[in-house]
Amino acid sequence: MLNNFNQQLYARRRRANSQGLFLSMCAMALGLTVLLWILFVLFSNGIAALDWNLLTKDTPAPGTEGGGLRNAIVGSLMMVGLSVLVSTPIGILAGIYLTEYGDQSKTAELTRFVTDIMLSAPSIVLGLFVYAIAVATFGRFSGYAGSLALSLIAIPVVMRTTENMLRLVPGSLREAAFALGAPRWKVSTLVTLRAAKSGVITGLLLALARISGETAPLLFTALNNQFYSTDMSKPMANLPVVIFQFAMSPYENWIRLAWGGALIITLAVLVLNILARVFFREKVSA
Amino acid sequence: MPETLKELKNAIEVRNLDFYYGKFRGLKEVTMNIAERKVTAFIGPSGCGKSTLLRTLNRMYSLYPGQRAEGEINFYGTNILDTKQDLNLLRARIGMVFQKPTPFPMTIYENIAFGVRLYESMNKSDMDERVEWALSKAALWNEVKDKLGQSGLSLSGGQQQRLCIARSVAVKPSVLLLDEPTSALDPISTGKVEELINELKNDYTIAIVTHNMQQAARCSDFTAYMYLGELIEFGATEQIFFKPKRTETEDYITGRFG
Repeated sequence: MLNNFNQQLYARRRRANSQGLFLSMCAMALGLTVLLWILFVLFSNGIAALDWNLLTKDTPAPGTEGGGLRNAIVGSLMMVGLSVLVSTPIGILAGIYLTEYGDQSKTAELTRFVTDIMLSAPSIVLGLFVYAIAVATFGRFSGYAGSLALSLIAIPVVMRTTENMLRLVPGSLREAAFALGAPRWKVSTLVTLRAAKSGVITGLLLALARISGETAPLLFTALNNQFYSTDMSKPMANLPVVIFQFAMSPYENWIRLAWGGALIITLAVLVLNILARVFFREKVSA
Repeated sequence: MPETLKELKNAIEVRNLDFYYGKFRGLKEVTMNIAERKVTAFIGPSGCGKSTLLRTLNRMYSLYPGQRAEGEINFYGTNILDTKQDLNLLRARIGMVFQKPTPFPMTIYENIAFGVRLYESMNKSDMDERVEWALSKAALWNEVKDKLGQSGLSLSGGQQQRLCIARSVAVKPSVLLLDEPTSALDPISTGKVEELINELKNDYTIAIVTHNMQQAARCSDFTAYMYLGELIEFGATEQIFFKPKRTETEDYITGRFG
Protein backbone atom coordinates (compact mmCIF):
# COMPACT_ATOMS: atom_id res chain seq x y z
CA MET A 1 0.00 0.00 0.00
CA LEU A 2 2.74 2.49 1.02
CA ASN A 3 4.96 1.55 -1.89
CA ASN A 4 2.26 2.35 -4.43
CA PHE A 5 1.73 5.76 -2.96
CA ASN A 6 5.42 6.60 -3.10
CA GLN A 7 5.72 5.46 -6.69
CA GLN A 8 2.98 7.83 -7.80
CA LEU A 9 4.52 10.76 -5.96
CA TYR A 10 7.98 9.95 -7.28
CA ALA A 11 6.73 9.65 -10.88
CA ARG A 12 4.94 12.98 -10.56
CA ARG A 13 8.08 14.67 -9.25
CA ARG A 14 10.17 13.19 -12.03
CA ARG A 15 7.73 14.52 -14.61
CA ALA A 16 7.73 17.99 -13.06
CA ASN A 17 11.51 17.94 -13.01
CA SER A 18 11.78 17.05 -16.70
CA GLN A 19 9.18 19.64 -17.64
CA GLY A 20 11.03 22.35 -15.72
CA LEU A 21 14.34 21.31 -17.23
CA PHE A 22 12.86 21.30 -20.72
CA LEU A 23 11.32 24.77 -20.34
CA SER A 24 14.54 26.29 -19.04
CA MET A 25 16.55 24.66 -21.83
CA CYS A 26 14.09 26.12 -24.37
CA ALA A 27 14.51 29.55 -22.85
CA MET A 28 18.28 29.23 -22.97
CA ALA A 29 18.14 28.01 -26.58
CA LEU A 30 15.99 30.99 -27.49
CA GLY A 31 18.39 33.47 -25.92
CA LEU A 32 21.42 31.78 -27.43
CA THR A 33 19.80 31.60 -30.88
CA VAL A 34 19.03 35.31 -30.89
CA LEU A 35 22.57 36.16 -29.78
CA LEU A 36 24.17 33.89 -32.38
CA TRP A 37 21.81 35.25 -35.04
CA ILE A 38 22.85 38.81 -34.25
CA LEU A 39 26.53 37.85 -34.40
CA PHE A 40 25.99 35.96 -37.65
CA VAL A 41 24.21 38.86 -39.35
CA LEU A 42 26.87 41.30 -38.11
CA PHE A 43 29.69 39.12 -39.33
CA SER A 44 28.22 38.29 -42.72
CA ASN A 45 27.41 41.92 -43.45
CA GLY A 46 30.39 43.50 -41.79
CA ILE A 47 33.11 41.15 -43.02
CA ALA A 48 32.92 42.75 -46.45
CA ALA A 49 34.14 46.00 -44.94
CA LEU A 50 37.04 44.53 -43.01
CA ASP A 51 40.18 45.48 -44.89
CA TRP A 52 43.11 47.77 -44.26
CA ASN A 53 41.21 50.73 -45.73
CA LEU A 54 39.03 50.66 -42.66
CA LEU A 55 41.96 51.75 -40.55
CA THR A 56 43.79 53.98 -42.98
CA LYS A 57 41.11 55.98 -44.76
CA ASP A 58 38.67 58.48 -43.30
CA THR A 59 34.90 58.54 -43.74
CA PRO A 60 34.08 59.25 -47.38
CA ALA A 61 32.10 62.28 -48.52
CA PRO A 62 28.61 61.52 -49.90
CA GLY A 63 28.92 60.15 -53.39
CA THR A 64 32.64 59.30 -53.23
CA GLU A 65 33.81 55.73 -53.45
CA GLY A 66 35.71 53.62 -50.92
CA GLY A 67 36.81 55.24 -47.68
CA GLY A 68 37.34 53.87 -44.20
CA LEU A 69 36.60 54.59 -40.57
CA ARG A 70 39.92 55.89 -39.34
CA ASN A 71 38.69 59.21 -38.00
CA ALA A 72 35.70 57.58 -36.33
CA ILE A 73 37.81 54.89 -34.66
CA VAL A 74 40.38 57.40 -33.42
CA GLY A 75 37.65 59.77 -32.26
CA SER A 76 35.84 57.04 -30.36
CA LEU A 77 39.08 55.84 -28.76
CA MET A 78 39.97 59.35 -27.64
CA MET A 79 36.56 60.20 -26.20
CA VAL A 80 36.08 56.85 -24.50
CA GLY A 81 39.68 56.99 -23.24
CA LEU A 82 39.25 60.44 -21.70
CA SER A 83 35.96 59.34 -20.21
CA VAL A 84 37.55 56.32 -18.55
CA LEU A 85 40.42 58.48 -17.25
CA VAL A 86 37.92 60.83 -15.61
CA SER A 87 35.30 58.39 -14.35
CA THR A 88 37.67 55.79 -12.88
CA PRO A 89 39.07 57.88 -9.99
CA ILE A 90 35.76 59.63 -9.33
CA GLY A 91 33.77 56.38 -9.40
CA ILE A 92 36.22 54.40 -7.26
CA LEU A 93 36.70 57.15 -4.66
CA ALA A 94 32.93 57.64 -4.45
CA GLY A 95 32.49 53.88 -4.03
CA ILE A 96 35.08 53.90 -1.22
CA TYR A 97 33.24 56.79 0.44
CA LEU A 98 29.91 54.98 0.27
CA THR A 99 31.25 51.79 1.85
CA GLU A 100 34.00 52.90 4.23
CA TYR A 101 33.06 56.39 5.36
CA GLY A 102 29.45 57.27 4.68
CA ASP A 103 27.85 53.83 5.13
CA GLN A 104 24.39 54.51 6.56
CA SER A 105 24.64 58.29 6.81
CA LYS A 106 22.07 60.57 5.16
CA THR A 107 24.61 61.85 2.62
CA ALA A 108 25.49 58.31 1.59
CA GLU A 109 21.85 57.26 1.26
CA LEU A 110 21.13 60.33 -0.86
CA THR A 111 24.14 59.62 -3.06
CA ARG A 112 23.02 56.05 -3.62
CA PHE A 113 19.52 57.20 -4.52
CA VAL A 114 20.80 59.73 -7.06
CA THR A 115 23.23 57.17 -8.51
CA ASP A 116 20.41 54.67 -9.00
CA ILE A 117 18.39 57.29 -10.86
CA MET A 118 21.31 58.16 -13.10
CA LEU A 119 21.96 54.49 -13.80
CA SER A 120 18.50 54.17 -15.30
CA ALA A 121 18.31 57.62 -16.89
CA PRO A 122 17.90 57.50 -20.68
CA SER A 123 21.25 58.35 -22.21
CA ILE A 124 19.64 60.80 -24.59
CA VAL A 125 18.51 62.86 -21.63
CA LEU A 126 22.11 62.99 -20.37
CA GLY A 127 23.19 63.99 -23.87
CA LEU A 128 20.70 66.86 -23.95
CA PHE A 129 21.84 67.97 -20.51
CA VAL A 130 25.47 68.15 -21.62
CA TYR A 131 24.32 69.95 -24.76
CA ALA A 132 22.71 72.61 -22.61
CA ILE A 133 25.70 73.18 -20.35
CA ALA A 134 28.70 72.46 -22.55
CA VAL A 135 27.65 73.00 -26.15
CA ALA A 136 25.14 75.82 -26.05
CA THR A 137 27.17 77.84 -23.54
CA PHE A 138 30.41 77.56 -25.47
CA GLY A 139 28.76 77.81 -28.83
CA ARG A 140 30.16 74.64 -30.41
CA PHE A 141 30.11 70.88 -30.38
CA SER A 142 33.25 69.25 -29.05
CA GLY A 143 34.94 65.98 -28.19
CA TYR A 144 35.19 67.22 -24.60
CA ALA A 145 31.42 67.56 -24.40
CA GLY A 146 31.12 64.04 -25.81
CA SER A 147 33.52 62.71 -23.17
CA LEU A 148 31.59 64.53 -20.47
CA ALA A 149 28.35 62.87 -21.54
CA LEU A 150 30.00 59.44 -21.58
CA SER A 151 31.50 60.08 -18.14
CA LEU A 152 28.07 60.89 -16.72
CA ILE A 153 27.01 57.43 -17.86
CA ALA A 154 30.15 55.64 -16.66
CA ILE A 155 30.56 57.18 -13.20
CA PRO A 156 27.38 55.72 -11.63
CA VAL A 157 28.26 52.27 -13.03
CA VAL A 158 31.77 52.37 -11.57
CA MET A 159 30.46 53.72 -8.26
CA ARG A 160 27.89 50.99 -7.85
CA THR A 161 30.16 48.09 -8.79
CA THR A 162 32.99 49.44 -6.59
CA GLU A 163 30.60 49.74 -3.65
CA ASN A 164 29.21 46.23 -4.18
CA MET A 165 32.67 44.71 -4.51
CA LEU A 166 33.97 46.49 -1.41
CA ARG A 167 30.98 45.29 0.59
CA LEU A 168 31.94 41.71 -0.26
CA VAL A 169 35.22 42.15 1.60
CA PRO A 170 34.66 40.64 5.08
CA GLY A 171 34.66 43.04 8.01
CA SER A 172 37.21 40.85 9.76
CA LEU A 173 39.86 41.88 7.24
CA ARG A 174 39.26 45.56 7.95
CA GLU A 175 39.32 44.95 11.69
CA ALA A 176 42.64 43.15 11.36
CA ALA A 177 44.12 46.23 9.66
CA PHE A 178 42.61 48.62 12.21
CA ALA A 179 43.97 46.42 15.00
CA LEU A 180 47.50 47.27 13.84
CA GLY A 181 46.79 50.98 14.27
CA ALA A 182 46.24 51.80 10.60
CA PRO A 183 44.25 54.98 9.86
CA ARG A 184 40.99 54.55 7.97
CA TRP A 185 42.25 55.83 4.63
CA LYS A 186 45.07 53.29 4.60
CA VAL A 187 42.73 50.47 5.56
CA SER A 188 40.36 51.46 2.72
CA THR A 189 42.97 51.78 -0.02
CA LEU A 190 45.81 49.42 0.92
CA VAL A 191 43.76 46.57 2.33
CA THR A 192 40.05 46.66 1.43
CA LEU A 193 40.40 48.02 -2.10
CA ARG A 194 43.28 45.66 -2.79
CA ALA A 195 41.15 42.73 -1.61
CA ALA A 196 38.34 43.80 -3.98
CA LYS A 197 40.75 44.58 -6.82
CA SER A 198 39.57 42.10 -9.46
CA GLY A 199 35.90 42.87 -8.84
CA VAL A 200 36.52 46.59 -9.18
CA ILE A 201 38.49 46.11 -12.40
CA THR A 202 35.64 43.98 -13.75
CA GLY A 203 33.30 46.89 -13.01
CA LEU A 204 35.59 49.26 -14.89
CA LEU A 205 35.74 46.97 -17.92
CA LEU A 206 31.96 46.66 -17.95
CA ALA A 207 31.52 50.44 -17.74
CA LEU A 208 33.99 50.77 -20.59
CA ALA A 209 32.10 48.23 -22.69
CA ARG A 210 28.88 50.10 -22.03
CA ILE A 211 30.04 53.56 -23.08
CA SER A 212 31.83 52.28 -26.20
CA GLY A 213 28.51 51.77 -27.92
CA GLU A 214 26.48 54.72 -26.63
CA THR A 215 25.12 56.81 -29.49
CA ALA A 216 22.46 59.18 -28.15
CA PRO A 217 24.71 61.15 -25.80
CA LEU A 218 27.18 61.80 -28.60
CA LEU A 219 24.55 63.02 -31.05
CA PHE A 220 24.25 66.45 -29.50
CA THR A 221 27.66 66.79 -27.95
CA ALA A 222 30.47 65.55 -30.16
CA LEU A 223 28.22 65.58 -33.23
CA ASN A 224 30.45 64.08 -35.91
CA ASN A 225 33.29 65.05 -38.19
CA GLN A 226 33.86 64.14 -41.83
CA PHE A 227 37.56 64.63 -41.47
CA TYR A 228 40.36 63.28 -39.36
CA SER A 229 40.87 65.39 -36.27
CA THR A 230 42.48 64.91 -32.88
CA ASP A 231 41.34 68.29 -31.57
CA MET A 232 38.88 67.53 -28.83
CA SER A 233 37.62 71.07 -28.58
CA LYS A 234 35.98 70.68 -31.99
CA PRO A 235 33.32 68.25 -33.26
CA MET A 236 34.74 64.76 -33.25
CA ALA A 237 34.08 61.72 -35.40
CA ASN A 238 32.94 58.62 -33.56
CA LEU A 239 31.79 55.13 -34.52
CA PRO A 240 28.23 55.09 -33.11
CA VAL A 241 27.13 58.33 -34.79
CA VAL A 242 28.83 57.35 -38.06
CA ILE A 243 26.91 54.08 -38.04
CA PHE A 244 23.72 55.99 -37.34
CA GLN A 245 24.37 58.36 -40.22
CA PHE A 246 25.62 55.84 -42.77
CA ALA A 247 23.13 53.04 -42.11
CA MET A 248 20.17 55.11 -43.25
CA SER A 249 21.87 56.53 -46.33
CA PRO A 250 21.38 55.44 -49.96
CA TYR A 251 25.10 54.99 -50.65
CA GLU A 252 26.48 51.48 -50.98
CA ASN A 253 29.89 52.12 -49.50
CA TRP A 254 28.33 54.01 -46.59
CA ILE A 255 26.10 51.09 -45.73
CA ARG A 256 29.03 48.70 -46.00
CA LEU A 257 31.10 50.91 -43.69
CA ALA A 258 28.23 51.11 -41.22
CA TRP A 259 28.17 47.32 -40.94
CA GLY A 260 31.94 47.34 -40.56
CA GLY A 261 31.72 49.85 -37.73
CA ALA A 262 28.99 47.88 -36.00
CA LEU A 263 31.15 44.76 -36.23
CA ILE A 264 34.16 46.57 -34.75
CA ILE A 265 32.17 47.85 -31.77
CA THR A 266 30.63 44.44 -31.15
CA LEU A 267 34.03 42.72 -31.27
CA ALA A 268 35.49 45.29 -28.89
CA VAL A 269 32.64 44.84 -26.39
CA LEU A 270 32.91 41.04 -26.70
CA VAL A 271 36.65 41.14 -25.97
CA LEU A 272 36.14 43.45 -22.98
CA ASN A 273 33.45 41.19 -21.52
CA ILE A 274 35.66 38.13 -21.94
CA LEU A 275 38.53 39.98 -20.26
CA ALA A 276 36.20 40.91 -17.40
CA ARG A 277 35.23 37.28 -16.91
CA VAL A 278 38.81 36.07 -16.99
CA PHE A 279 39.75 38.56 -14.30
CA PHE A 280 36.84 37.59 -12.08
CA ARG A 281 37.61 33.90 -12.35
CA GLU A 282 41.14 34.54 -11.11
CA LYS A 283 39.78 36.17 -7.99
CA VAL A 284 37.43 33.26 -7.21
CA SER A 285 40.20 30.68 -7.44
CA ALA A 286 42.59 32.69 -5.25
CA MET B 1 42.19 39.97 45.39
CA PRO B 2 44.73 37.17 46.06
CA GLU B 3 48.03 38.25 47.59
CA THR B 4 50.15 37.31 44.57
CA LEU B 5 48.41 39.99 42.49
CA LYS B 6 49.53 42.74 44.84
CA GLU B 7 53.20 42.19 43.99
CA LEU B 8 52.67 42.36 40.22
CA LYS B 9 52.58 45.46 38.06
CA ASN B 10 49.38 45.93 36.13
CA ALA B 11 49.48 46.74 32.46
CA ILE B 12 45.74 47.38 32.31
CA GLU B 13 43.33 48.19 35.13
CA VAL B 14 39.63 47.97 34.37
CA ARG B 15 37.38 49.88 36.77
CA ASN B 16 33.56 49.77 36.80
CA LEU B 17 33.31 49.15 33.10
CA ASP B 18 29.82 49.24 31.56
CA PHE B 19 29.32 48.47 27.90
CA TYR B 20 26.26 49.10 25.75
CA TYR B 21 25.22 47.73 22.38
CA GLY B 22 22.61 50.42 21.76
CA LYS B 23 20.30 49.99 24.73
CA PHE B 24 21.47 46.51 25.66
CA ARG B 25 23.95 46.42 28.53
CA GLY B 26 26.65 43.95 27.51
CA LEU B 27 29.03 44.47 30.44
CA LYS B 28 28.04 45.30 34.01
CA GLU B 29 30.47 47.09 36.32
CA VAL B 30 33.48 44.98 35.45
CA THR B 31 36.53 45.56 37.62
CA MET B 32 39.75 43.56 37.16
CA ASN B 33 43.46 43.83 36.34
CA ILE B 34 45.62 42.50 33.56
CA ALA B 35 49.06 41.83 34.98
CA GLU B 36 52.17 42.72 33.02
CA ARG B 37 53.88 39.84 31.18
CA LYS B 38 51.34 37.30 32.33
CA VAL B 39 48.57 35.51 30.49
CA THR B 40 45.05 36.39 31.60
CA ALA B 41 42.24 34.22 30.26
CA PHE B 42 38.57 35.19 29.97
CA ILE B 43 36.24 32.20 30.12
CA GLY B 44 32.49 31.76 30.25
CA PRO B 45 29.54 30.48 28.21
CA SER B 46 28.54 32.05 24.88
CA GLY B 47 27.23 35.57 25.18
CA CYS B 48 28.79 36.19 28.57
CA GLY B 49 30.70 39.25 27.40
CA LYS B 50 34.25 37.92 27.26
CA SER B 51 34.87 39.01 23.65
CA THR B 52 33.09 42.29 24.39
CA LEU B 53 35.46 42.90 27.28
CA LEU B 54 38.49 42.05 25.16
CA ARG B 55 37.41 44.44 22.42
CA THR B 56 37.07 47.34 24.83
CA LEU B 57 40.74 47.02 25.69
CA ASN B 58 41.86 48.25 22.28
CA ARG B 59 38.76 50.36 21.62
CA MET B 60 37.85 48.15 18.64
CA TYR B 61 34.19 48.85 19.37
CA SER B 62 34.76 52.52 18.41
CA LEU B 63 34.57 51.47 14.77
CA TYR B 64 30.85 50.87 15.19
CA PRO B 65 28.39 53.64 16.03
CA GLY B 66 25.88 52.61 18.66
CA GLN B 67 28.44 50.77 20.76
CA ARG B 68 29.80 52.63 23.75
CA ALA B 69 31.68 52.04 26.99
CA GLU B 70 31.51 53.85 30.33
CA GLY B 71 33.92 53.60 33.22
CA GLU B 72 37.69 53.53 33.24
CA ILE B 73 40.32 51.45 31.55
CA ASN B 74 43.78 52.52 32.64
CA PHE B 75 46.60 51.46 30.36
CA TYR B 76 49.80 52.17 32.28
CA GLY B 77 48.03 55.05 33.97
CA THR B 78 46.24 56.60 30.98
CA ASN B 79 42.49 56.20 30.74
CA ILE B 80 41.95 54.94 27.18
CA LEU B 81 38.20 55.56 27.31
CA ASP B 82 38.94 59.28 27.19
CA THR B 83 37.58 60.85 24.00
CA LYS B 84 40.91 62.53 23.37
CA GLN B 85 42.67 59.16 23.14
CA ASP B 86 44.43 58.61 19.82
CA LEU B 87 42.91 55.32 18.72
CA ASN B 88 45.42 54.43 16.03
CA LEU B 89 48.34 54.91 18.39
CA LEU B 90 46.55 52.88 21.05
CA ARG B 91 46.01 49.99 18.67
CA ALA B 92 49.68 50.05 17.70
CA ARG B 93 50.50 49.44 21.36
CA ILE B 94 47.71 46.97 22.11
CA GLY B 95 47.52 44.45 19.30
CA MET B 96 44.80 41.94 18.51
CA VAL B 97 44.60 38.53 16.85
CA PHE B 98 41.17 37.35 15.78
CA GLN B 99 39.40 34.03 15.70
CA LYS B 100 39.41 33.75 11.94
CA PRO B 101 42.85 34.03 10.32
CA THR B 102 42.82 37.16 8.14
CA PRO B 103 45.96 37.46 6.03
CA PHE B 104 46.02 40.60 3.90
CA PRO B 105 45.86 40.14 0.11
CA MET B 106 49.59 40.73 -0.17
CA THR B 107 52.81 38.74 -0.06
CA ILE B 108 53.84 37.17 3.26
CA TYR B 109 56.62 39.76 3.54
CA GLU B 110 54.23 42.65 2.89
CA ASN B 111 51.75 41.29 5.44
CA ILE B 112 54.35 41.75 8.16
CA ALA B 113 55.83 44.96 6.77
CA PHE B 114 52.42 46.67 6.51
CA GLY B 115 52.01 47.14 10.25
CA VAL B 116 55.63 48.04 10.86
CA ARG B 117 55.61 50.73 8.15
CA LEU B 118 52.69 52.51 9.83
CA TYR B 119 54.78 53.91 12.64
CA GLU B 120 58.41 53.19 11.83
CA SER B 121 60.48 54.09 8.80
CA MET B 122 63.10 51.51 7.99
CA ASN B 123 65.47 50.72 5.18
CA LYS B 124 65.18 47.41 3.40
CA SER B 125 67.72 45.46 5.44
CA ASP B 126 66.23 46.57 8.77
CA MET B 127 62.79 45.62 7.52
CA ASP B 128 64.08 42.22 6.36
CA GLU B 129 65.43 41.69 9.87
CA ARG B 130 62.18 42.69 11.52
CA VAL B 131 60.16 40.41 9.23
CA GLU B 132 62.47 37.48 9.99
CA TRP B 133 62.32 38.24 13.71
CA ALA B 134 58.53 38.41 13.75
CA LEU B 135 58.10 35.22 11.74
CA SER B 136 60.59 33.42 14.01
CA LYS B 137 58.69 34.59 17.07
CA ALA B 138 55.56 33.08 15.57
CA ALA B 139 57.38 29.80 14.80
CA LEU B 140 56.68 30.32 11.11
CA TRP B 141 60.06 31.42 9.74
CA ASN B 142 61.36 27.99 8.74
CA GLU B 143 58.20 27.16 6.89
CA VAL B 144 57.99 30.35 4.85
CA LYS B 145 61.53 31.69 4.55
CA ASP B 146 61.81 30.53 0.95
CA LYS B 147 58.45 31.88 -0.11
CA LEU B 148 58.18 35.34 1.37
CA GLY B 149 57.08 36.61 -2.02
CA GLN B 150 54.06 34.35 -2.17
CA SER B 151 50.60 35.53 -1.23
CA GLY B 152 49.64 35.22 2.42
CA LEU B 153 46.48 33.46 1.27
CA SER B 154 48.47 30.51 -0.05
CA LEU B 155 49.23 29.27 3.48
CA SER B 156 47.25 26.67 5.40
CA GLY B 157 44.81 27.72 8.14
CA GLY B 158 47.23 27.12 11.00
CA GLN B 159 50.03 28.90 9.15
CA GLN B 160 47.73 31.83 8.35
CA GLN B 161 46.90 32.24 12.01
CA ARG B 162 50.58 32.18 12.94
CA LEU B 163 51.13 34.77 10.20
CA CYS B 164 48.52 36.97 11.88
CA ILE B 165 50.29 36.49 15.20
CA ALA B 166 53.63 37.39 13.57
CA ARG B 167 51.96 40.47 12.06
CA SER B 168 50.77 41.63 15.48
CA VAL B 169 54.09 40.87 17.15
CA ALA B 170 56.11 42.68 14.47
CA VAL B 171 54.96 46.12 15.61
CA LYS B 172 56.22 45.34 19.14
CA PRO B 173 53.09 46.15 21.13
CA SER B 174 53.03 46.05 24.94
CA VAL B 175 49.86 43.97 25.07
CA LEU B 176 48.52 41.21 22.84
CA LEU B 177 44.81 40.47 22.82
CA LEU B 178 43.88 37.05 21.45
CA ASP B 179 40.21 36.46 20.65
CA GLU B 180 39.69 32.67 20.52
CA PRO B 181 42.84 32.32 18.40
CA THR B 182 42.66 28.54 18.05
CA SER B 183 38.91 27.93 17.59
CA ALA B 184 39.31 27.65 13.84
CA LEU B 185 42.43 25.46 13.96
CA ASP B 186 43.13 21.74 14.08
CA PRO B 187 44.63 20.22 17.26
CA ILE B 188 48.24 20.24 16.01
CA SER B 189 48.15 23.90 14.99
CA THR B 190 46.39 24.64 18.27
CA GLY B 191 49.24 23.01 20.13
CA LYS B 192 51.79 25.08 18.25
CA VAL B 193 49.93 28.31 19.01
CA GLU B 194 49.67 27.41 22.70
CA GLU B 195 53.43 26.82 22.79
CA LEU B 196 53.82 30.22 21.19
CA ILE B 197 51.72 31.90 23.85
CA ASN B 198 53.90 30.33 26.51
CA GLU B 199 57.00 31.86 24.94
CA LEU B 200 55.48 35.20 24.05
CA LYS B 201 54.44 35.89 27.63
CA ASN B 202 58.07 36.42 28.57
CA ASP B 203 58.01 39.65 26.58
CA TYR B 204 54.35 40.57 26.17
CA THR B 205 51.28 40.98 28.32
CA ILE B 206 48.64 38.63 26.95
CA ALA B 207 44.87 38.50 27.35
CA ILE B 208 43.13 35.54 25.74
CA VAL B 209 39.46 34.76 25.28
CA THR B 210 38.73 31.08 25.03
CA HIS B 211 35.68 28.87 25.23
CA ASN B 212 37.99 25.91 25.78
CA MET B 213 38.47 25.57 29.53
CA GLN B 214 41.33 23.13 29.22
CA GLN B 215 43.19 25.69 27.13
CA ALA B 216 42.64 28.33 29.81
CA ALA B 217 43.88 25.94 32.47
CA ARG B 218 46.97 25.03 30.39
CA CYS B 219 48.02 28.45 29.17
CA SER B 220 47.02 31.15 31.59
CA ASP B 221 48.33 32.58 34.86
CA PHE B 222 45.10 34.35 35.75
CA THR B 223 41.53 33.56 34.81
CA ALA B 224 38.38 35.65 34.80
CA TYR B 225 35.06 33.81 34.75
CA MET B 226 32.22 35.79 33.26
CA TYR B 227 28.50 35.20 33.01
CA LEU B 228 25.82 37.37 31.43
CA GLY B 229 28.04 40.45 31.29
CA GLU B 230 29.23 40.24 34.88
CA LEU B 231 32.62 39.27 36.19
CA ILE B 232 31.75 36.45 38.57
CA GLU B 233 35.23 35.56 39.76
CA PHE B 234 38.79 36.55 39.00
CA GLY B 235 42.00 35.12 40.36
CA ALA B 236 45.05 32.94 39.81
CA THR B 237 44.25 30.13 37.38
CA GLU B 238 45.15 27.41 39.85
CA GLN B 239 42.84 28.84 42.42
CA ILE B 240 39.94 29.29 39.97
CA PHE B 241 40.18 25.75 38.68
CA PHE B 242 40.93 23.87 41.90
CA LYS B 243 39.36 25.99 44.63
CA PRO B 244 36.79 28.32 43.10
CA LYS B 245 35.24 30.70 45.62
CA ARG B 246 31.83 31.06 43.95
CA THR B 247 29.42 28.23 43.29
CA GLU B 248 28.64 29.66 39.83
CA THR B 249 32.29 29.33 38.91
CA GLU B 250 32.44 25.79 40.24
CA ASP B 251 29.32 24.83 38.29
CA TYR B 252 30.82 26.10 35.04
CA ILE B 253 34.25 24.58 35.61
CA THR B 254 32.84 21.18 36.43
CA GLY B 255 30.53 21.28 33.45
CA ARG B 256 27.32 21.28 35.42
CA PHE B 257 26.15 23.90 32.95
CA GLY B 258 27.47 25.91 30.02
